[in-house]
Amino acid sequence: MIGAAAIALIVAIGLMLIRALSGPTLYDRVLAMNSLGTKIVLFIGVLGFVLGRPDFLDISVLYALINFVSTIAILKFFRYRSFQVPLMRKTNTPRQPRAAEGGEDG
Amino acid sequence: MTGYEGADLAIALINVVLLGLLFVVAIAIARMRSLFAIVMLSSIYSLISATWFVALDAVDVAFTEAAVGAGISTALLLGAMLLTSRTAKPEPRKFAIVPLLVCIATGLILVYATIDLPAFGDPDSPANTYVGTDYIERTPEEIGVPNIVTAVLASYRGFDTLGETGVVFSAALAVILLLGFGERSLSASIGRRKGGKE
Repeated sequence: MIGAAAIALIVAIGLMLIRALSGPTLYDRVLAMNSLGTKIVLFIGVLGFVLGRPDFLDISVLYALINFVSTIAILKFFRYRSFQVPLMRKTNTPRQPRAAEGGEDG
Repeated sequence: MTGYEGADLAIALINVVLLGLLFVVAIAIARMRSLFAIVMLSSIYSLISATWFVALDAVDVAFTEAAVGAGISTALLLGAMLLTSRTAKPEPRKFAIVPLLVCIATGLILVYATIDLPAFGDPDSPANTYVGTDYIERTPEEIGVPNIVTAVLASYRGFDTLGETGVVFSAALAVILLLGFGERSLSASIGRRKGGKE
């Protein structure tokens, strides 16, 4: 049963990879990367049970944290074209961050 | 392995599937011209290779790969793209025979070198005969963590790891001091020079 779950996760990873390779816009690729990170986390968790070592769950939890932070960083980059903008919107900032046009892909 | 009886076959299958995914991603990275897509794909590459390292039981390497490859270097590459353009220069596709031959020859030499390696898990191999057995015997009672690599890194060679951490920290500090943060940073000054664009 766990093997079937692992195979299903591999198939899902393959689908995410197809979307990341052929995604027409950048947002497709970001979403594919984030979703693929989630699938990787699940896959490592399942892998621990397949190999009889459930302590892999700790590693997968840490991967979830890394995946979340890197997705936030990439989306912040897309939105503001910079990492140096605070995520909290201040009321009277001197330089208002410019909204990105988005969606362009070379 | 204490898993169910098909664990060896499962490991072999997982190795083949993950390496196949890595191969596809690497080919796509080499073919693409959009730098954003390449950064995304290199992050995906790091995630998948980290998974492969976990499957190979090299948990500490996998950890470094996930933190550095998927986390830090993605952010660094995106930050570097602030300073350059978005797409790579289109190159004329021409078939280069010499690099292909060099790659094939190097691969053949590496494959030939693996013939002399001891078999996987061979108890008479040099890695398993000298100090390794000592660590394996003494870790359960002296340190008491399940992963022996962790015990070696964090306890037996703890000062070594501490020194490495100090080196990496000072390198990161020097880079941050050179590039700067906030309004005075390199990317911000370039953004001002371009009149606020990008």
